[in-house]
Amino acid sequence: MIARYFSLHARNFVAALGRLGNTPIGATLNVLVVAIALALPAAMQVLIANASSMSPAFDDAADLTVYLELEVSDDRGRALSAEIALRDDVESTNFVSKLEGLAEFRTRTGLGGALEGITANPLPHVIRVRPAVGDIETIDALAGALTELDETQSVQLDRLWVERLGAIVALGGRAVDMITLLLAAAVILVIGNTIRLEINNRRTEIEVLKLVGATDGFIRRPFLYTGLCLGSIGAIAAAAMIGIGLLLLSRPVGNLAALYSADFRLSGLSLQGFGILVGGGALLGWGGAWIAAARHLKAIEPA
Amino acid sequence: MIRFENVQKRYPGGREALSGVSFSMERGEMAFLTGPSGAGKSTLLKLIALIERPTRGTVLVNDQNTSRIRRRKVPAFRQRIGVVFQDHKLLYDRKVFDNVALPLIIAGMKPREIGRRVRAALDQVGLLDREAHPPITLSTGEQQRVGIARAVASRPDVVIADEPTGNLDPDLSLEVMRLFERFNEVGVTLLIATHDLDLLGRLDHRRIELVGGRLSRDSGQ
Repeated sequence: MIARYFSLHARNFVAALGRLGNTPIGATLNVLVVAIALALPAAMQVLIANASSMSPAFDDAADLTVYLELEVSDDRGRALSAEIALRDDVESTNFVSKLEGLAEFRTRTGLGGALEGITANPLPHVIRVRPAVGDIETIDALAGALTELDETQSVQLDRLWVERLGAIVALGGRAVDMITLLLAAAVILVIGNTIRLEINNRRTEIEVLKLVGATDGFIRRPFLYTGLCLGSIGAIAAAAMIGIGLLLLSRPVGNLAALYSADFRLSGLSLQGFGILVGGGALLGWGGAWIAAARHLKAIEPA
Repeated sequence: MIRFENVQKRYPGGREALSGVSFSMERGEMAFLTGPSGAGKSTLLKLIALIERPTRGTVLVNDQNTSRIRRRKVPAFRQRIGVVFQDHKLLYDRKVFDNVALPLIIAGMKPREIGRRVRAALDQVGLLDREAHPPITLSTGEQQRVGIARAVASRPDVVIADEPTGNLDPDLSLEVMRLFERFNEVGVTLLIATHDLDLLGRLDHRRIELVGGRLSRDSGQ
């Protein structure tokens, strides 16, 4: 019984593929429309996922950098660093003297040559402060307290732009969600319309089927499979489009990342993402076909 | 088997196709439904196949009151009735075999059983060697016989036929009628609408005659 059930469905699936093959141009156009409608939101999701994966790369961005006044001495700086480290809201501090800072600047930037001409060290002493807690309000309060100190020239909160990036990514994610919903509706409409035309083309056949006692389910089934095929093949084509798009973007993104001396590479559609895309496409195709079939099959009665 | 009680059928627009029609047929009976064009023959057959429903009165098929059959139950009801049409209503994108197999597939039979029954039906109409052909390559008479094979393949209790010989010459018509007689001999109840009076003269069966939507003569009662 179960085997027969599956063989019936397998036959229907193959038959649906065969019917698509009968009208190659029309089927290709339909698949492409579905593919583009699915590729747009899926590509955006991939880009959003890439953008939010950038944030962890800046983990130490939670640190505060306290720039001391130029006239503050080395000893006073070290003492202040130790003092700050005792605060409850601070996990640790790291004192970077003028000289260390200069050395670091030389090695990191490769601009050592430009410094040869400068006699006095233009850099201040710096204290790197790692906050004990991560939430932005506490860090802001800490930054305020540190700014109040007499020795402080300025406090730089590296975290802020990361937070902003996160907020922008979240906003983008929400926008993409809405676009995804709209384009999913478009896929349902496109496939629904295709099925509606298909039903009209096969009106005579449907009449004959009803005359010899076919149930609504029996008549509906091939149309549902056609919708399922359109949706899933469209989704696979969409995945291919995204793959090609990322391939084309990977070099420029690599160059850009190199300019920021960041180790960042675009990641493509995950296996899970691919599954969701194809499953979603199949589901939308099935749903669109179901709506069209429910609306239009009833209207056809033998006369 | 078939029982009409004071049946009236009025189409939207007011045309009255049948008025006050009453008759009944026993199981295993064979009858001709005659009368001029527009007398209501097709409407009467459509009421039996539940393609139309009566405006007034009762139609009983197989002891079932067709007015009480809900839309969802219509397919199951139709599976037990074989219908033969003047224009065959075959599916021209499928082979002869698949056309005849259609009602059996719908009934959910096993492929082996389907093969057996389709070949038995095609054998009865003398087209066993044509099962792999597309219907369009067959002559009109052969196509009609495929239509008959399809109607009887599921071994229905009742077979109704609407002008099954309308497009056939006299010899082929008689051949088709002899075929129906053979099915009747194995117990199938048959109601055949025709206005071919020459043909009727050569066959001896009950005649139910309609004129202007009313029963004008019934040789059986």
